[in-house]
Amino acid sequence: MCCWGPEVNSLLSQSINLFAVVLLVLAFAMIAQRRILTLIHLFTLQGAALAAATLIVGYLTGQHHLYFSAALTFVLKVVLIPILLHRVILRLNVRWDVETLFNIPTTMLIGIVLVIFAFNLAAPIAGLSTSIARGTLGIALACVLLSFLMMIVRAKAVPQVIGFLSMENGLFFAATAATSGMPMIVELGIAFDVLVGILILGVFMFQIREQFDSLDIRHLEKLKED
Amino acid sequence: MLLLDWILIVVAGWLVLGFAGIGVLRNTAFVARVLFPAGAALGVALAGLALAGLLGTPETAVLALGLPDLPFHLRLDGLSAFFLLVIGAISVGVSVFAAGYFRHGEGTPPGLMCLEYHLFLASMALVVLADDAYAFMVMWETMALSSFFLVTANHRVPAIREAGFLYLLIAHIGAIGILLCFGVLQANTGDYTFANMRAQSLSPLWASVAFLLATLGFGAKAGILPLHVWLPEAHPAAPSPVSALMSAVMLKTAIYGLLRVSFDLLGAQQWWWGVLLLAVGLATALYGVVFSAVQTDMKRLLAYSSIENIGLLFVGIGLGVLFNAYGMKALSALALTAALYHVVGHAFFKSLLFLATGSVLHATGERSLGKLGGLMRRMPWVAWLSLVGVLASSGLPPFSGFVSEWLLLQSFLFTTGLPDSFLNMLVPVLAAGIALVAALAGYTMVKFYGVIFLGQPREPKLADAHPASPLERAGLVWLGAGCVLLGLFPVAAIGLIDPVTRLLVGGGIAETVRANGWLLLSPSSPDRASYSPLVFLGVVSLAVLLAVVLVRKLYHGRLRRAPAWDCGYPAQTARMQDTAEGFGQPIRQIFEPFFRMRRELPSPFDAKPHYRVTIEDHFWHWLYLPVARLTSGIARGVGRLQQGRIAIYLLYSFVTLIVLLLVVKS
Amino acid sequence: MSIVGLFAQLLAILLALALAPLLTGWVNQWRAWLQGRRAPGLLQPYRVLHKLFNKESVVAEHATSIFRVAPYIMFGCMALACGIAPTLSTDLPLAPAADAIALVGLFALARVFISLAAMDIGTSFGTLGARREMLIGFLAEPALLMVLFSASLITQSTSLAMIVETLAHQPFAIYPSLAVAGVAFTMVSLAENARVPVDNPATHLELTMIHEALILEYSGRHLALVEWAASLKLFAYSCIGLALFVPWGVAEAGTPVAILFAIPMLVVKLAVGGVLLALIETINAKMRLFRVPEFLATAFLLAVIALLVHVLLGA
Repeated sequence: MCCWGPEVNSLLSQSINLFAVVLLVLAFAMIAQRRILTLIHLFTLQGAALAAATLIVGYLTGQHHLYFSAALTFVLKVVLIPILLHRVILRLNVRWDVETLFNIPTTMLIGIVLVIFAFNLAAPIAGLSTSIARGTLGIALACVLLSFLMMIVRAKAVPQVIGFLSMENGLFFAATAATSGMPMIVELGIAFDVLVGILILGVFMFQIREQFDSLDIRHLEKLKED
Repeated sequence: MLLLDWILIVVAGWLVLGFAGIGVLRNTAFVARVLFPAGAALGVALAGLALAGLLGTPETAVLALGLPDLPFHLRLDGLSAFFLLVIGAISVGVSVFAAGYFRHGEGTPPGLMCLEYHLFLASMALVVLADDAYAFMVMWETMALSSFFLVTANHRVPAIREAGFLYLLIAHIGAIGILLCFGVLQANTGDYTFANMRAQSLSPLWASVAFLLATLGFGAKAGILPLHVWLPEAHPAAPSPVSALMSAVMLKTAIYGLLRVSFDLLGAQQWWWGVLLLAVGLATALYGVVFSAVQTDMKRLLAYSSIENIGLLFVGIGLGVLFNAYGMKALSALALTAALYHVVGHAFFKSLLFLATGSVLHATGERSLGKLGGLMRRMPWVAWLSLVGVLASSGLPPFSGFVSEWLLLQSFLFTTGLPDSFLNMLVPVLAAGIALVAALAGYTMVKFYGVIFLGQPREPKLADAHPASPLERAGLVWLGAGCVLLGLFPVAAIGLIDPVTRLLVGGGIAETVRANGWLLLSPSSPDRASYSPLVFLGVVSLAVLLAVVLVRKLYHGRLRRAPAWDCGYPAQTARMQDTAEGFGQPIRQIFEPFFRMRRELPSPFDAKPHYRVTIEDHFWHWLYLPVARLTSGIARGVGRLQQGRIAIYLLYSFVTLIVLLLVVKS
Repeated sequence: MSIVGLFAQLLAILLALALAPLLTGWVNQWRAWLQGRRAPGLLQPYRVLHKLFNKESVVAEHATSIFRVAPYIMFGCMALACGIAPTLSTDLPLAPAADAIALVGLFALARVFISLAAMDIGTSFGTLGARREMLIGFLAEPALLMVLFSASLITQSTSLAMIVETLAHQPFAIYPSLAVAGVAFTMVSLAENARVPVDNPATHLELTMIHEALILEYSGRHLALVEWAASLKLFAYSCIGLALFVPWGVAEAGTPVAILFAIPMLVVKLAVGGVLLALIETINAKMRLFRVPEFLATAFLLAVIALLVHVLLGA
């Protein structure tokens, strides 16, 4: 199976850590980013890093079904969803929208706290785990929390959707790194869910827009009964 | 004769000088020209004796003062000798300066001022010598009271009276904490000597209670969050030599107390004490420096900067406690060395800067940064010496502030050896906070210096500013020399700190440092970390010198004076310079949540445009005002008892008597 | 301290003094090319320096000596910075004088002096420049320190020479923390060297300028020294970046011949770095001033994340 000698393998397993950190940094960059267009680019990059990491884990553990999930990730998160999102923002004409609830440095400080929290939470678990990329569990958890934070602090619908998708990236990476991937059928299911989710959210966004003439989800507060 | 006796003679000398001041109550010339210089001479003697005490063995003495069965126990060991050294050395500079500073007609008569001043000095010296809780508390209170009277020297101004009252209030809250702490430490033995407290081994719970009380008590005196509010009020209110002493020395007695209790009197330490001190210290430092950057009164700015430095000291001590709790003696010694180095360094540069503001205040009558400027041409001595203080305070090499910062950051870098993953992650974040505080201090100091001494005078009257008197200059030179020497010869200075860390944690870094040569400061090995201020200064000076010479040799040295260019703008007035508010504006914007801000902005149509921004402390509204409201509410409730009729008061006594009798019967 | 070490030290400083304007010229040239302009000659910075040194210095009437001393101090600081950055060799006699923390202090010292000099004249632009420079400084400094810390934690040393030796000697490994720190370092360097997107060295537009506002009143030899010092700063930053993230090809103690190979290696690395810098400057737009703290706060937090990642992954 491993025909390239131990040095290359050790480098490859180190590169999983590297991709994990890239995911984390991209999650942070998303928090710091104000422009929706750049946000989509960052999301695309995150998808690419995820696909690469999955590919390497698949190669190192010899689990071939991970190749398929890497390919699936690539098709879905690097090609399909970004194209969909591009079309959405083009149609809605919100390419340059900027809106946050808190100022960005504060959000990032909260982010640092979340990272410390996640790392600490994962430290004992990572000690037990035997898979290749042990330390990455903390990073994956941090990614999930950061994306969650991004969903909370953004006032517009599109960044929230991207936050949701990025959270799914973190979860997927956690599954890959910690347990060498979920069964194929589960992954297919999740991929399908995400795709359907994005379509529904797309329709949803058009509806918000038609109703309120804006994508600001704070308008949804008016929908409650007084 | 013992060293301690000599020291007591010096302290008694201070008291004699003080009471001599009463004899010549209104004779300013005699007080200024004779008594204060004599006090400075005693300061030199004290510093010398303390130096000898630092290198000698501990000594004890019993003074038959006070109550019949409660004599004063005194003890001179490494820790107290170190702080005595600071008190002595700083008092020299401040007393010499004060000799040239006090003039006629400023509130309290000069003779009384002289008494309060020397009483203050003597009580601080005795606080660090005290070896039982009774002597400690008596001296601690004397120190608080004498400094209260010094703060309110100009007591006809209502704001100063209020500041003094606030100071006294918080000082007493602190004193209660300390008293209770000693109560816990003696563990029901009834023996309040420190020797007995050392012998007790408290349960972890009671030890923690004692530690928390000590942190509260000494923290109130030192000005940690949220008990810092008295500092920015009291320091500007006091005459400058007094602010200098309070900030440079008195705050340090609180640090002394914290070290004495948490390392010496309490035995085993717990790791979370260190984390608590680190967190409180970092918060205080950040809060202090951010507020310092937006101040417009030069003495308030320095007062907030003192809060910042106290925060840094707490961080150093916290790190020391953390390492010590895990039994890492050498690292604990490194962190404590950083903190103690900063104690001395801060004492020198902060007293220098406070005294410089005193000279500026006397020369111009202005404390507001918005009305100063361009004083470098009028007061070159004060300006250049302040530059030394400013650079040391910003933590720039090769001055004293940088050495302690360097040592502190080095001790942070060693923390990855801690056995707890949470602490390992917390520590880099704290180090980042320290780095941010240090850099912000640079911002603040550039603002302080640039607005006062550089640029053009913002008011016409500044043209009449007179330079400082020779005695004032001499005091400043002494303190400035301290900043420079501490910056350039860290290895020698660490040799003096070593006995203290040996006493506190049983380890020191001086041996390793000395093994690496006197030129190179290196706490472990030169491969790991090293810094040599002398080489640093030498190379930069050499490069500067070569540049000057070569440019003149190869090209020319022609220079022409012309009006400032300023991008060709025709009208330039001093009002177009950045004000202190303007310089603080980015900080106000970036750290907005820190402040409670009120702005009055002019509209374009105002005939007389008015711009005002006021900044307040959140803690007033979060903590102090609610407490004050609660107190006055309770007082009103109690006040209902007071009816003003004798019969009712008699009734109260009568009812009380009946109730007591009933209680006795049953 | 060996003779070879002394020689390497002198060579490093002289090379820095000589090459620094060339690096600036190289970056300017590539920037012009990438932006579709005709580029000035590679030697243009030298001509400018020569011209300025020949001109007489005009000093404002009420300037104090701080104004006249500051350019020299800035120059001296940058010369020392180039002296302790391991550019050619790690066997530097000056290296123990200042480690990574002192290096940050060195840059801060230069910054404080030039800011004070700008405030000395008391013009509106001077004080404005000083304020902006200190604003950038107080965020960039801790970020730089944290970047250097993450390298220090990996190598267990704050001495720059030791960091480079350790990194270059280890079997090739990927350090995720260094990768993050690299991003942060790039952002800090852009800000510290007054580059787009933080500042534009090619403009004198009042509302946006930072570095140029600081040195507005300088002329003649003072201006020449300031410009030279700015080139040296860029050179020093580039060398530190190369030393931390591409540590190969630097000579060590006892290998005098290696220094000869180190020179072309350094030139190649700097040339590539210069092109990358020009590329970054071309594809980015200058930010609004109050986006700059955000930019630098991001760099700062990235550096902190690098430290955290190091603690988590141990690499």
